[in-house]
Amino acid sequence: MRTYILRRLVLAIPTMLIVVFLTIASLRLIPGDAVDVLVGQMDLSGKENREELRARLEKELGLDGPIYVQYFRWWRDLLTKGDLGNSIFIGGPVKDHIIQRLPVTLELGVLALIVALLISFPVGIFSAIRQDTVGDYVARSIAILLISVPSFWIGIMVFVFPSLWWGWSPPIVNISFMEDPWANLKMYILPAVILGMAINGVNMRLTRTMMLEVVREDYIRTAYSKGLKERVVVLRHAVKNALIPVITVIGLNVPIVIGGSVIIEQIFLLPGMGRLAVEAALIRDFPVIIGVTFVFSLFVLIIILITDLSYAWLDPRIRYR
Amino acid sequence: MSTTGVATLARKRQNPVVDFVSRLVRTKPLGTASAVIVLVFFCVGVFADVLAPHDFNEQFRGVYLQPPSAEHWFGTDNIGRDMFSRILYGARISMLVGVVGSAVSLVVSCLIGLPSGYFGGKFDLVTQRFIDAWLVFPDLILLILLVAVVGPSLWTIVFILGLQYGLGGSRSVRGAVIGIRQNAYIESAQAVGVPTWRILVRHMLPNVAPFLLVLVTTRMPGMMLAEAGLSFLGLGVPPPAPSWGGMLSGAAINYMYAAPYLAIWPGMALSVVVYSTNMFGDALRDLLDPRLRGQVGRF
Repeated sequence: MRTYILRRLVLAIPTMLIVVFLTIASLRLIPGDAVDVLVGQMDLSGKENREELRARLEKELGLDGPIYVQYFRWWRDLLTKGDLGNSIFIGGPVKDHIIQRLPVTLELGVLALIVALLISFPVGIFSAIRQDTVGDYVARSIAILLISVPSFWIGIMVFVFPSLWWGWSPPIVNISFMEDPWANLKMYILPAVILGMAINGVNMRLTRTMMLEVVREDYIRTAYSKGLKERVVVLRHAVKNALIPVITVIGLNVPIVIGGSVIIEQIFLLPGMGRLAVEAALIRDFPVIIGVTFVFSLFVLIIILITDLSYAWLDPRIRYR
Repeated sequence: MSTTGVATLARKRQNPVVDFVSRLVRTKPLGTASAVIVLVFFCVGVFADVLAPHDFNEQFRGVYLQPPSAEHWFGTDNIGRDMFSRILYGARISMLVGVVGSAVSLVVSCLIGLPSGYFGGKFDLVTQRFIDAWLVFPDLILLILLVAVVGPSLWTIVFILGLQYGLGGSRSVRGAVIGIRQNAYIESAQAVGVPTWRILVRHMLPNVAPFLLVLVTTRMPGMMLAEAGLSFLGLGVPPPAPSWGGMLSGAAINYMYAAPYLAIWPGMALSVVVYSTNMFGDALRDLLDPRLRGQVGRF
């Protein structure tokens, strides 16, 4: 087990190195150098000394010198000072912005995952043990529907129809959990449900597939043939074994949650990381975008690591491969 | 019944496409219906200028935020544009993103996946580490970063989406190639000295083709949704182009209580197209590759 953990950790390092390299390189290698764009944007009057402005911006972004120098400097700053640079337009260190916004996205994401898991597992399991029945078809069609309907549309509809019919609209005042837990939850639950629905579609299909594999195993047939009730067979024998691969599903959900939260935060005006990314992208505040990308990628990498490790811990067959 | 059976059997020998379509129609009624819907929207997109009663940007004075009427079937928006025409033109953008984006992603997937799977070894190891890193980026965040750098426009979105999904798909193409590489006909081709590029193009590619078809149809809806999402955030196809996603931001949100249909139509059109493409992709996958059943997303 220890060698397995070590091997996984060592493999994660080059991935992270390449992630940062791609991010920094994207600012320089893509046609229409980002700094040129920024210079043009800051010097609208055309009065400033462009060369000077350019030099200042490059220094601020850490983009002076060859790419490999920029790259090492970025890592040095992060590892020695925990510094992600300063924002150009919003002002202040990127790190502070991220620390301020992270809890919102975390709460939204965790709630959405809970919603998704509570619904998708039972439905996915039902769909598998009743394969090719009407119930299965309905569940699968709904799963595809949930993947297809854009969350931002549902978000808008949730504002429109209740207000037309009952004169009610969802609360959009930001209250911290510490201040008033109940008001805070009321505010988060609707966006979390909408975000959770999209994940539901994915999870229902994955859970079904994994259950279908388990249901075909010999030990399930044995359990049936020795006269156990279906409920016992499903809950004791099948679900337990199907849930192990489903842990990977949770890992796969995290990038979807992150992508979805960007849009949901925009609709429900939640001040989270996703909105920070969009605000920064709209005004091209590159240090902020790089910071957000880095934190999100690191997060996804850690989650993938954790799911892989717990998978190996639960299913000894993996470790010895 | 028996005569039609003989007829299909006879056709099967002659035309694999006809045979495939008849198999689709016979075994997957839902998938066929979805395919028809996708096809309809595709035609709407292609012939939008003929079908639409007005130009997507033509403004009518004095008819701002009108509810649906005989003149303007879907109503008008806040600056008096005909919503029905805008929805029709929106199909063009969505289909363009879906079809061209898929084509780009297919090329990227093959260019990386074929050699990576075929040669293996160090080349494969290094390439796959880069793909690993790429896959760690959450989709939308990476798109936002790239759009911020390159600047939003229809074609940047198409190419960025194609690249993004193509790199993700290259992993699956690689897997398929590794499976096919074991076959005797590849070995015999190598033995008689067929050049490598020819093996890749003439022997590998046709055998991963069904797999690629499935890959494309399962990725297309994702691309359309991603474009709509980006446009909704103001980072996609810039206005006044009538992107369905873009139509859902701005006026649709500002006037959502006064004129809810501004938000209803684009979202409905988008949902129908994406749902149909998904259903069709699902049916196709069931027919072509039963092993892939239930696999969702890019992992």
